[in-house]
Amino acid sequence: MKHLIPEFDRLKARFPAGCESSLVLPCVRRIQEERGFVADSDIDGLVDYLGVPRIQIEEVLSYYTQFRRAPIGRWHLQTCRNVSCSMCGAERLMAHLREHLGVGPGETTADGRITYSTVECLGSCGTAPVVMVNDTYHESMTVEKLDALLKELG
Amino acid sequence: MPGKQLLMTFPVTATSHTLADYRARGGYATLARALSQLKPEDITKEVTTAGLLGHGGAAFSAGRKWSVVHLNDGQPHYLCANADEGEPGTFKDRWILENAPHLLLESMLIAAYALQVRHAFVYIRGEFDLPYRRLAGAIEEAYAAGYFGERILDSDFGCDIVAYRGAGSYVCGEASGLLSSLEGKRGYPRNRPPRLTVQGLYRRPTVVNNVETLANVAGIVANGAAWYRTFGTAKCPGTQLVSISGHIARPGVYELEYGYSLEKFLYEDCGGMAGGKALKALVPGGISTKVLTGAEIKGVTFDHQSLAAAGSSVGSGGMIAIADGTCMVRLLQVMLRFYHHESCGQCTPCREGTGWMHRIIDRIVAGQGRPGDLDQLIEISKRNDGTTICGMGDAAGYATIGILAKFRDEFDYWIEHKHSRLAGNLEVPAHA
Ligand SMILES: Cc1cc2nc3c(=O)[nH]c(=O)nc-3n(C[C@H](O)[C@H](O)[C@H](O)COP(=O)(O)O)c2cc1C
Ligand code: SF4
Ligand code: FES
Repeated sequence: MKHLIPEFDRLKARFPAGCESSLVLPCVRRIQEERGFVADSDIDGLVDYLGVPRIQIEEVLSYYTQFRRAPIGRWHLQTCRNVSCSMCGAERLMAHLREHLGVGPGETTADGRITYSTVECLGSCGTAPVVMVNDTYHESMTVEKLDALLKELG
Repeated sequence: MPGKQLLMTFPVTATSHTLADYRARGGYATLARALSQLKPEDITKEVTTAGLLGHGGAAFSAGRKWSVVHLNDGQPHYLCANADEGEPGTFKDRWILENAPHLLLESMLIAAYALQVRHAFVYIRGEFDLPYRRLAGAIEEAYAAGYFGERILDSDFGCDIVAYRGAGSYVCGEASGLLSSLEGKRGYPRNRPPRLTVQGLYRRPTVVNNVETLANVAGIVANGAAWYRTFGTAKCPGTQLVSISGHIARPGVYELEYGYSLEKFLYEDCGGMAGGKALKALVPGGISTKVLTGAEIKGVTFDHQSLAAAGSSVGSGGMIAIADGTCMVRLLQVMLRFYHHESCGQCTPCREGTGWMHRIIDRIVAGQGRPGDLDQLIEISKRNDGTTICGMGDAAGYATIGILAKFRDEFDYWIEHKHSRLAGNLEVPAHA
């Protein structure tokens, strides 16, 4: 985490003085971007750097669905299962993924490549159904487009 | 076009979101004029007179909210744009973030000056990638051009801004939950009073407004309240970005002038229902607003008064069009699963109520519904109303009561026959 501190310092400069606590979410996000998850040593480092209670960081890690304490597959496929996506074929995509990957939501394929999850509305309902792969939205998905996408993922 | 437009006034191109293009459209001239010629209180007065309402769901007067902040109380004040956009069916703020980020920033600077805010924030949902990159890019462009930082445009006014990313939580869209999150904590909503404009972020006076609400400020300050009031209706001035999805021929984001005919919007602007089906129901403003049946929208116009008279509301502008043949039992199941999943768990009626409702609907769908289940769902919904810290407990109830009041026969059918009358369809096959 140490090499990220100059970056964290720059971010801090745009916050009001004394509001280090606010940096918990952006720092955790940045650490996760690099490591893929948040390790114990990262929590130690943040407690030191921000001066916030350890419990605050642990609560944040367990509260927000995007944060994780353990590694996942190289590709994280997240299918939106909310109203508009369900109305435009998300359930067929989910059934297809389960069959194709051989795992259900919350699980990782045996080769460790792909983690599959479901998510709630991604704010992209006009181009439903939506599948998120890592940070990228794939919109107006069909089973055919999903197959092509799965082939592309290395 | 569904009426006159305030925000979607320029063609979207590969560069229309950039500072250069925004300046070519006259951008940041209003900020310059405000800082050199207007007093902070003049701006709040103009926004109040314009009748600008909140566009995030609750439709509270923006000017009245701002007026609560005392300019000379010796405390720091904060401003936060709510870009959490989590209400299912809503994707309108994304249009502003992606296509007009500088309009939001200029408006926020003017609002920050009016409220004497030194530090402003945009709280943006964690999943938004392109919208975040567009916003962050615009912020850097604006800093480099001297619109943020100390002594902006040679005035005494200084302001910093941070695009703050959420991390996957619907209740962080609720204003007080948002501020808890912005303090780097769990997104727990807080009891009121105190109001956030009295004790908000770090217990300082804080204004939280929806992205679209704020984006309207630059136009109002540039052209005046009277001009703004030439849009919309006398009681409901302005426009609303509406995101429409579901079984509709042309989904997307449209700007509707308040007072515009709903039928005209659906059947002309949006091309009618997908596959030429009939409209069974319409969610007017995010799933937390009560559904209207196809018959109920006749003669309704898109504004707060007309939708309230029809028994629903404008909400977040997230419309979902539902075609004939769609199973409302399965639809409510998707909604209740969502509310249960998103309840933050602080309040017993919401935590237990959403879980209980979810279990009941799952049981009905599994063919094990009991005769008293529907009354039980209504009873739990009513018990949630008004007994919880934030509006989410209520929202789950509104969605449930709205659907049950109008489509109860489908639920009775499923309980009696142990299967859907409509084959559990959520997707409606074009040929069916
Ligand atoms: C559970 C819940 C979720 C909400 N989500 C959002 C949201 O995503 N975006 C938003 O602008 N307002 C949301 N709101 C409304 C905010 O609490 C608040 O009223 C709004 O941001 C104020 O801005 P406005 O007056 O400009 O509309 C939500 C409210 C509740 C109860
Ligand atoms: S109503 Fe629900 S979501 Fe809101 S604070 Fe209470 S438990 Fe949390
Ligand atoms: S319902 Fe899937 S993006 Fe909104």
